[in-house]
Amino acid sequence: MATLLEVSGVSVTFDGFRAINNLSIAMAEPELRAVIGPNGAGKTTFMDIVTGKTRPDEGRVLWTERQIDLLKLSESQIATAGIGRKFQKPTVFEDQSVRDNLAMALANKRGPLSVLMWKASAADRARIQDLAEEVGLAARLDHRAGHLSHGQKQWLEIGMLLAQDPRLLLVDEPAAGMTPAEREHTTALLTRAARSRAVMVIEHDMEFIRRLDCRVTVLHEGSVLAEGSLDHVTQDQQVIDVYLGR
Amino acid sequence: MKIDVSSPAAPAPVRRSFLRDNPSVLWFMGLLGLFTLGVTVLSEGMGVGVISTSLVKVLGMTLCLCLIAVAMDVVWGYCGILSLGHFAFFGLGGYAIGMWLMYARTEIVIRDNLGRGTIPPTEAEVSEAVAAQIFGVVGSSELPLIWSFAGSLPFQLAMVVLVPGLLALVFGWLAFRSRVTGVYLSILTQAMTLALSLYLFQNDTGLRGNNGLSGLQNIPGSLHLPQSVISVWFFWASAFALGAGYLLFAWVVSGKFGSVIKAIRDNEARVRFLGYNVEGYKLFVFTLTGIISGIAGALYYPQAGIINPAEIAPIASIYLAVWVAIGGRGRLYGAVIGAALVSLLSSWLTGGGAPNIDLGFYRIVWTDWWLVLLGLGFVLVTLFFPKGIGGLFDYLVRKS
Amino acid sequence: MTRLPRTALFLACLILPLLLMLRPAPLAAQDASPLQDVLQTVQEQVASPSRAQVGTVLDALQAADAPGTPDFLTRWAAREVYERPEDGLFFYAAEGAGRDLTLIDIDTGAEAGTTTTRDVNQIRVNAGVRREIEAALVSFELLAPDPARRSAALASIARSPEPDQIPALEAALAVETDAAIATRMARLLDLLNARFASDSATRVAAIDGLSGDISTEARRALNQILSTRSEFATEIPEGTNVARIRVVGEDIDLIAAYERLSDAGLAQDRPGRNAIRDALRANVVDGEVAGIPVHRLHTDEMRREAYRALEEAGTVAPLVTTADMEAAVAQQVFFDAYLEPDSAVTDAARAALDSTRATISAWQFLGITLDALSLASIFFLAAIGLAITFGVMRVINMAHGEFIMMGAYTGYVVQTLIPDYTVSLVVALPLAFAVTFAAGVAMERLVIRHLYTRPLETLLATFGISIALQQLAKNIFGTQARPLTAPDWLAGAIRFNDIVSISTLRVGIFVMAILFLLLLLFILNRTRLGLEVRAVTQNPGMAASMGINPDRINMLTFGLGSGIAGVAGVAIGMYAQVTSEMGAQYIVQSFMTVVVGGVGSVFGTLAGAGLIGALQKGIEWFNPANTLAAQTYMVLFIILFIQFRPKGIVALKGRAAGD
Repeated sequence: MATLLEVSGVSVTFDGFRAINNLSIAMAEPELRAVIGPNGAGKTTFMDIVTGKTRPDEGRVLWTERQIDLLKLSESQIATAGIGRKFQKPTVFEDQSVRDNLAMALANKRGPLSVLMWKASAADRARIQDLAEEVGLAARLDHRAGHLSHGQKQWLEIGMLLAQDPRLLLVDEPAAGMTPAEREHTTALLTRAARSRAVMVIEHDMEFIRRLDCRVTVLHEGSVLAEGSLDHVTQDQQVIDVYLGR
Repeated sequence: MKIDVSSPAAPAPVRRSFLRDNPSVLWFMGLLGLFTLGVTVLSEGMGVGVISTSLVKVLGMTLCLCLIAVAMDVVWGYCGILSLGHFAFFGLGGYAIGMWLMYARTEIVIRDNLGRGTIPPTEAEVSEAVAAQIFGVVGSSELPLIWSFAGSLPFQLAMVVLVPGLLALVFGWLAFRSRVTGVYLSILTQAMTLALSLYLFQNDTGLRGNNGLSGLQNIPGSLHLPQSVISVWFFWASAFALGAGYLLFAWVVSGKFGSVIKAIRDNEARVRFLGYNVEGYKLFVFTLTGIISGIAGALYYPQAGIINPAEIAPIASIYLAVWVAIGGRGRLYGAVIGAALVSLLSSWLTGGGAPNIDLGFYRIVWTDWWLVLLGLGFVLVTLFFPKGIGGLFDYLVRKS
Repeated sequence: MTRLPRTALFLACLILPLLLMLRPAPLAAQDASPLQDVLQTVQEQVASPSRAQVGTVLDALQAADAPGTPDFLTRWAAREVYERPEDGLFFYAAEGAGRDLTLIDIDTGAEAGTTTTRDVNQIRVNAGVRREIEAALVSFELLAPDPARRSAALASIARSPEPDQIPALEAALAVETDAAIATRMARLLDLLNARFASDSATRVAAIDGLSGDISTEARRALNQILSTRSEFATEIPEGTNVARIRVVGEDIDLIAAYERLSDAGLAQDRPGRNAIRDALRANVVDGEVAGIPVHRLHTDEMRREAYRALEEAGTVAPLVTTADMEAAVAQQVFFDAYLEPDSAVTDAARAALDSTRATISAWQFLGITLDALSLASIFFLAAIGLAITFGVMRVINMAHGEFIMMGAYTGYVVQTLIPDYTVSLVVALPLAFAVTFAAGVAMERLVIRHLYTRPLETLLATFGISIALQQLAKNIFGTQARPLTAPDWLAGAIRFNDIVSISTLRVGIFVMAILFLLLLLFILNRTRLGLEVRAVTQNPGMAASMGINPDRINMLTFGLGSGIAGVAGVAIGMYAQVTSEMGAQYIVQSFMTVVVGGVGSVFGTLAGAGLIGALQKGIEWFNPANTLAAQTYMVLFIILFIQFRPKGIVALKGRAAGD
């Protein structure tokens, strides 16, 4: 298990409010990790920093064994370097078909000219079919994404993440608003994905996390409060204090 | 990629699927061809003479406006950039070709005059006389630096593409890299247009200030031909340009590239996290449409006969957006319909072609009321038919 | 020479009204004719004036100081006085048909019968006498008891200074009692002495007295002393007051220098390109010139070759080579000489001018600053309404300019109904607010409310409204500009000195901009409405859940923004012209003001307006002749500015503070 992502000593302040405070987290590959924490703990800001949306005031974010400095890359460069992100609110391109959504996410060349000349090869088509089956949307490939149900949109977005073939998946609240059956499916998707790559899941729902059965990091006020198995962290007195209120 | 190119079967499916996916392109090409044929047969210069030369010119100019409207639709309707600067590119294309038209024609006339003397003129004498002829109106007799190659058609043709292209590239690069979006970008493009037109309004910038370039309808080398014939030539060229441009843009927006730019329109940030360099795509679309706008302008102004900085004023670019919105954004034929309908209606109603309506107590003079109608009509379209006239087609197609 | 009668005429024009005011009192009291009486004492000398005797008349008039004397002197010099031979009385006359004349009494101005030119003698005054009379007229006025008349005489001297005014001025200064007039006289005397005094020391002293004086007349006088003439000679003549030597090739073009020699006949004419061509044309023989076929003569080289052949045959004047020109020019010195031969005077004048330079720059800078402030206040007025709608509601209102126009037309209509400009202004301002407030609310209700989620389409829909409103205004008011006149108390100008002055109207607009700024700050920060507006701006959902009705707030905000545009329209209409297109001229600039300043902040708009105003005036300062260029560069600068500070000036500060 080599270190894939190493975040060390990162801090960021918004208008005087310290959202992330000297945070250090490392991810191995493959690994499934859940991040929990009360509102305002800095979970989403942490993802923003890793994906290049927010620049930290200090600290380092290193990527892969080649120690690439992610802070110097743009969002799109980080994405092509192998980090995929799913947002809290499902964001798929509703005007376009499921197939087009997946095709856009496929790990092909991203330059305008290559894209202009792009034509789905047999391999690409097969990959899209596989992905669609994986996320359970094979029957809806040619439907507009806007017509999918909320859960299906979440899956499509996970499918698009997988299509990017990233080494690290950052998944923000994948189970929000899902029926129990849909949650089951999502859990399966994520654990399967985590066999070959690193997956980090932010979630509020303890039941969902229990089902993921993985290492858990607890964030509080922008830094790591506790880390370990779910049972371990839920017995931690500090964590209990934070969740129940001191 | 490689598999596609090496596979012998690849080209056929590409073509078939492009046209199969876009039946409207075939329809459009067919209608455009029929229209061109019809106008030619009915024209004064080549056919039976039902359509006057001036109407042929108006129709040819309308085709050019349709072309820039299609470009506008790609940049706005597909890529989500409400550019209020594309008419500036249109005007620059017109200026580039206008310089050659004006210089070359004046040179022919001057050589003709000077050649009647006993001694043939020197090059310096010719270019001085040309400069005096062209720039006398702004009180200068020097040929400005930018006119150095105005006598060369290939050079000025290259300028038709390069000047708008470079301006779009530089401006777009500046604007997109600092992530100016939405209404800010619109205002910024409007400011660019304003700066350009103010610049051209100055007498000392070498493009004859507010006089603009004139006499562009006379084509050097074909000065003996009647306008009735030349008008049909330009009509053909405009129809060809519109057809080619339409095909190009239909191809651009049909594939994955189209998916990406539509995605940029709908959620720019998400596209970035998919690993696409959004700025590069916007710049590509902005520049490509800028170049096509320049070409459309280069075909338009020889038919109009005159170009001046007022043509470039910001309001022209807003009208362009109005046409596209009325025609229907996000579908290329919508842009064509909007541009053709509104510009033809406008020239018919304001050109005194339409009969005024006498209500007894008030006389409706179309030249006075057309803009009021257009403005209010436009508000209604925006409010109630955001998909424009093109949306009507969708409705009919779905119904049948 | 021609200036003299004009001076007199001008003086007469100035003085006549005064005379008319002065005259009735003595006339009504008694049937006297003082001027006629005085003239009759020197009847002979008036009737046939000579240079030797004119002094007697002038002394007599001076002593009596009868009303109407200046007028008489003016007319006398202008040959408008007639003598009736039978009684020797003098009259003015108005010409009738043919030779008819209507005599006018010189004291009362009443008609005194008609006659013909044959029956009266026109008094002919020769040039020498006329000059005497005019000089006397000046000193007469300078010594007049009424200070206003003395000031008027001084103003007239300042307008057209002449050497022979010096003695009169000196005499007047010696007896002047009014301190202000005395100062003015002393300065005029300096001005006159600087230019016309006979001895160098007086002139230098006078010039030194002018040093540091930034008035236009002082600088004009000094510049006149320093005027030069371009000359050349084999060597500079003794006693020439040289301004500077012109080195050929650096300060003066070789060809130009040579042509000056040839023009003076000191060198042979240089055949230019046209002369060569004409010479060749004149020597075409059988389609050839000196053996070269005509069709090959299309380059300068070939033409010169043919010309040389002709030159050798002796048929044309020889070409002049560069070496020839250099040789000819080398023998001469080219220089600029002062028209004023005395170098002490020119040196003093140069020093005096130099001493004013820094002061003038400072004043000019102040002038530019005032201009920029004034422009900024106009931009601010035009943009602040937009800043409210755009900033608070994120709605682009392209019809904002047309609201400005509506305000201006409201002002115009009110003015046609109420003739008193002050009252009409007082009525127009609130009315314009009401009209555009209503229009804004109507627009918000009918159109914008439906488009809050589609900001780009708001831009387009409001543009549709904008063109409709513009055309409607054209249909109602026509295409030509309508006047919106400022009341008299706003029509003048505040004048600091000859360099800096600012029109009262601009000051008024500036004050109005400040009032609006304060008013808005008050509304936004101190009232319930402002609180609710800020709440809706920051979080509409939360505001709604707290019982604030966002619909109502949006409507009021939009009305407020539009209403302010209307009031701004009245101000701008007085400053510029009221046309249907006036709004369109301000809309792009207003947007840029808002965007540059930072959206959603009153202070941002203020900063934006200040920056844009200062920028435009600053660029004009470097290139005063070309306001179009200034505007172009300003827009370019704004484009670049927005590149690097997309959030504008004020937002930048906020973010910098947050980092």
